[in-house]
Amino acid sequence: MAEEVKLLKTWSSPFGLRAFWILKLKGVQFDFIDEDLSNKSPLLLQSNPVYKKVPVLIHNGKPISESLVILEYVDETWKQNPLLPEDPYERARARFWAKFGEDKVLVSIWNAFIKQGKEQEEAIGLAIETLKFLEEELKGKRFFGGEKIGLADLALGWLANLIGVFEEVIGVKLIEKERFPLLSAWMQEFAEAPVIKESWPPHEKLVTKFRAIREPYVAAAAQPK
Amino acid sequence: MANEVVLLDFWPSMFGIRVRIALAEKGVKYEYKEEDLKNKSPLLLQMNPVHKKIPVLIHNGRPFCESPIIVQYIDEVWKDKAPLLPSDPYQRAQARFWVDFIDKKMYDSLRKTWTTKGEEQEAAKKEFFEVLKTLEGQLGDKPFFGGDNFGYVDLSLIPFYCWFYTYETCGKFNVEAECPKFIAWVKRCLQRETVAKALPDGKKVFEFVSAMRTNLGLE
Repeated sequence: MAEEVKLLKTWSSPFGLRAFWILKLKGVQFDFIDEDLSNKSPLLLQSNPVYKKVPVLIHNGKPISESLVILEYVDETWKQNPLLPEDPYERARARFWAKFGEDKVLVSIWNAFIKQGKEQEEAIGLAIETLKFLEEELKGKRFFGGEKIGLADLALGWLANLIGVFEEVIGVKLIEKERFPLLSAWMQEFAEAPVIKESWPPHEKLVTKFRAIREPYVAAAAQPK
Repeated sequence: MANEVVLLDFWPSMFGIRVRIALAEKGVKYEYKEEDLKNKSPLLLQMNPVHKKIPVLIHNGRPFCESPIIVQYIDEVWKDKAPLLPSDPYQRAQARFWVDFIDKKMYDSLRKTWTTKGEEQEAAKKEFFEVLKTLEGQLGDKPFFGGDNFGYVDLSLIPFYCWFYTYETCGKFNVEAECPKFIAWVKRCLQRETVAKALPDGKKVFEFVSAMRTNLGLE
């Protein structure tokens, strides 16, 4: 049976980008559709009825949702260029850092991005404390996956690109080279890696989009209490 | 090499119970260490410096944190007995999706049924029943979420049951009346010795929670 692989994503979603990266890194032939989330396609709604979100991978008609679940599915289905190591301990470590990225890094950076005033100061402090764990984990390693890009790198890869966008919008540097030399080096190396470097959404378009997302939070904070 | 397995845990933790069930299913001998969460041991802080939480599995001195990651590790290492995840990649993806769903939706909505009052509590109850209905839909006519066999999704979900007496009493609702299919699944799981032994008594959990609610000013 001919292999049919379809990826539903958006032009800007960092979660969709993860799925895009792994398919490209493995040389899988696939089609993608950039959804308009204000007008979700019947295919999206039918393929992800629980969350109605992107990304969704549809392999020979069968849908898989949640980007980290998609990453492991693709890694298990197309065995070339493996993302996860063989050793169970190393696999657990990779999953741990991918989950840490979702539960802690993403949340703390997002809070630093949307909060205002004193709350923002605290959020930035917490984000920096969180990022220190990543800096520590990179000691002696080129990537979170070791010598080559692994699951945790793809899970955290959004940092390499979106941090710059957030920093531009809020006017605060979150990842300073002096404080985070290893993380900064990783961000650069990841951003310029083959396949990854051709995939980034246009910077200015992202800045405009995230500035617009931040607007209501700024306006709400400016309201007299 | 000798297999040394230690579990740092807290008796009513549904996340810890998942690991206890997984180890029991595989017949793994381990040392259980009860943590006082108000006075965490140096071992816990050393083995899980990032989150400082239980459960932590220590296998031959190496730590594993986060219950879904620990359970998948157990399944990969002790792979000759009682497979917990399916072998087919698509079925595995579905199993991971549903455990992720449980972790995103069950814990927070349930916690609010006993830590809040009034409107907030009503909203939490509504959300909880929506979650259960979704899970019932996913279960369908299968005996277990894993199909014919008890598996990863089942063991990730069943630990919440020992908290149901607490939720139902604090929130004044009855799960069996609303979701009989769900309770039928619970009863099937409880027939397994590994599950029956791992779940603490619901009334004991309620006593523990009552003490906490008093401290929170909710009683």
